[in-house]
Amino acid sequence: MKTNSPLQWLTSREGIYYLLLALLLLVVLPLTLDAFRLNMVGKYLTYAFAAIGLVMCWGKAGILSLGQGVFFGLGGYCMAMFLKLEASTPEATSNQSTPGIPDFMDWNQITELPGFWQPFHSFSFTLIAVIAVPVLLAFIIGVAMFKRRVGGVYFAIITQAIAAILTILIIGQQGLTGGVNGITDLQTLMGWNIRTDAAKTTLYFVCVGLLFVSLLVARQVQNAKLGRILVAMRDQETRVRFSGYDVASFKVFVFCLAAGLAGIGGALFTLQVGFMSPSFVGIVPSIEMVVFCALGGRYSLLGGVYGALLVNAAKSGFSESFPELWPYAMGALFIGVVLAFPNGLAGLYERYIMPLEKRLPVIGKYLDKDSPEPQAPPVVSDQLSAEKS
Amino acid sequence: MFADYSSTELMSIFAMQGFAGLSLFSVFVLMAMGLAIIFGQMGVINMAHGEFMILGAYTTYLTSQFFQNVIPELFAASFFFAMVLAFLVSGALGAFIEWAMVRHLYRRPLDTLLATWGLSLILQQAYRSIFGAREVGVDLPDWMMGAFNVTDFVQLPINGLFVMVIALSIALAVYLLMYRSGWGKKVRAVVQNRPMAEAVGINTAGVDRATFALGCGIAGVAGSAFTMIGSTGPSSGQAYIVDTFLVVVFGGAQSLIGTIVSAFGISQAQSTMEFFLSGSMAKVLTLLVVVGILMLRPEGLMALKVRR
Repeated sequence: MKTNSPLQWLTSREGIYYLLLALLLLVVLPLTLDAFRLNMVGKYLTYAFAAIGLVMCWGKAGILSLGQGVFFGLGGYCMAMFLKLEASTPEATSNQSTPGIPDFMDWNQITELPGFWQPFHSFSFTLIAVIAVPVLLAFIIGVAMFKRRVGGVYFAIITQAIAAILTILIIGQQGLTGGVNGITDLQTLMGWNIRTDAAKTTLYFVCVGLLFVSLLVARQVQNAKLGRILVAMRDQETRVRFSGYDVASFKVFVFCLAAGLAGIGGALFTLQVGFMSPSFVGIVPSIEMVVFCALGGRYSLLGGVYGALLVNAAKSGFSESFPELWPYAMGALFIGVVLAFPNGLAGLYERYIMPLEKRLPVIGKYLDKDSPEPQAPPVVSDQLSAEKS
Repeated sequence: MFADYSSTELMSIFAMQGFAGLSLFSVFVLMAMGLAIIFGQMGVINMAHGEFMILGAYTTYLTSQFFQNVIPELFAASFFFAMVLAFLVSGALGAFIEWAMVRHLYRRPLDTLLATWGLSLILQQAYRSIFGAREVGVDLPDWMMGAFNVTDFVQLPINGLFVMVIALSIALAVYLLMYRSGWGKKVRAVVQNRPMAEAVGINTAGVDRATFALGCGIAGVAGSAFTMIGSTGPSSGQAYIVDTFLVVVFGGAQSLIGTIVSAFGISQAQSTMEFFLSGSMAKVLTLLVVVGILMLRPEGLMALKVRR
C-alpha cells in the first residue's frame, strides 16, 4: 500500500471493503435484528477471530492447523473460570457442602479450590491468560514441530491429535473442569449482569470492536515485510531458508498469532453465550473453523469474517428447520469449496463481481480510478511441489 | 499403584489387560493397514477412512441378517461371505471416490484432508438416515462364542482371537502384495517417481485408482471384523480415526512393520494403563506420549533415512 494517512486508506478500495463490513456489523445488523438474533451474530463473530487467525496461518503461511478449537477453547475456559469463580461466592453457594467453590467441584467431592484455579480470581490475570495461555501452548507446539521441520500433513494430524487429547482430558477431569457439561451458569462480569439483553448488545459491540482491531493487526502483519516472507515461505520454503531467513521462527510466530486470535474469540464466546463446554474444543469444531476460513477465501481476511458469519447462519437455519440435512450441506460445502472454488467467496468475488463494479454509475468510475491493487491473483499453491523442493 | 496387588494378581492383570490390548491391537492394525496404503504409499489423507470401515460393518450386518432369515443353515459361514462382500462394497465406493474427488487433489494433500472430511460427514449422515442412530450388533455364530481358559484368571475369547488372526493375515497379505508382487512394484514406482513410471508404460491413473480402492476395501474388511467384537453406529468410525492416523504416523508412514509395531505399542500401553487409571486418563497419557515422541522424532519409529 502506498497510502500513508488513515483517511487515504479508508477511501481506497480496500478501505471501502472494511467500511462496508463495519456498516453491516455496526449499523445494519443492530437495526434489523432483535437482541436474541444479534447475540447469535455476536456468537458467530467470535468464530471469525479463529478464522482470521487461520487466514494468516493457513492461507498466508501455508500451515494448516486442525487444532484451532484448542486455542479457542483455552481462551474461553480462562474467561469461564473467572466468571465461574465470581458466580460461586460463599453466599451464592451456601447450600453446598463446601461453600465458595464452583458447584461442579462440590458435586465431585472436591473440597478445596485447585491451585490452577486460584489466579483466576483476578480479572487482569484472566485478561492476560485469555491470550497468553493459547499463545504459550502454540509456542511450545510450534517450537517443537517447526524447529524439526515438521510441516504439512504431519502438523495437521498432530494438531488434530492435540485437540482430541484436550477434549478427552476436559471430559475426564470432571471435578476440575466441569466435564462434558463444561462451565455453566455464568452470571456476572465484575458485578455486571451479562445475562440481560442490554448487556448482550453491549458485548456484541465490544466483540465487533475487537474484531476490527484484530483485522487491522492481521492486515498490518500481512502488508509488512513479515507478511511477504510468510507468503514466500508458503510457496518456496527452501528458497526462503537459503536466503538466510529462519523459517521456523516465522512459522512459530504466525501460529502463535493465530492461537492468540482464537483465544480472544473464545473468551468473547464465553461472555456472550454464558457457558463454555468441551464441545467447542474438539476435532469437529476445529475443522469447522477451517471451513469458515476456506469458504470465505483462505487468502482474504475479510473473507474469513464473512465465511464464519455465513456458515454459522446457515448452520442455525438448517438446524432449526431440517436438522438431518445439515451434515449433508456441510459435507458438500467441504467438498465443493475444495474442488470447485478453492479461493472461496473472496476468489469468486474477485473473478465475477469485480469486473462488474466498473459498470456502476458513479462508484464504478471512482473504484476504477483508484485501480485494483497490482497483486497477482492468488492461486491455490501447489503444496506438493512446495514441500518436496 | 502396583503396591496394592500381590504378584500373582499383577501377573494375571497384565495378562488380561494384555489380551484386551491385543483386541485393540487388532482393530488398530486392521484400520491402519488400509491407511498405511492410502496415506503411507499414496500420501493421501483419507479422513473418511473410518466411514469406509463402517460401510464394511453395515455390509456384514446386512449379510448376516440375510443369512439368518433366508438360509439359516449356512449362517456359520456367513462371516466369510460378509468379509468378501465388505471388501467389494467398500472398494467399489473407494474407486468411485477416487475418480470423482481424490484424483483432482493429488497435488494438494491438505485439501484432500478437507474434502474427505466432508465426505465423512455425508456418509455418517447417510448411515444415520438408513440404519438409524442406534448401534446395531451382529449375532455371532456358535463356533465364535466361548473362550479358552488358559489359567483360572485368564480367559481368551474366541471371537477376539479370530479377529486377531484376520488382522495378521491382512497385514501379511498387504506386505506380500506391496513388496513381493509385480503390482506392488508398480505402486511403489508411481509413488517414488510418477513421470518416470509413466514413461516406462505404467498406467499411473489406473494404479492410483486401484491402490485407493484396495485401501478402502481393506477398511471394509476391518469393519467386518469389527462387528465380531463390538456393535456399529453411524459415527463409530470417527472415534478411531485420530488414533489410527497416529498409529500410522508413529510407525513411520512408509513402513508396514513400523505400523504394526506402533499399533502393538499404543494398544498395549493404553490397555495396561486403563486398569490402573481411568480410561480417559489412560488414553490422554498414551496420546500425549505418542505426540511427544513424534515431536522428538517426527519421521516415526521406523523410517527410511532421508536428508531433510
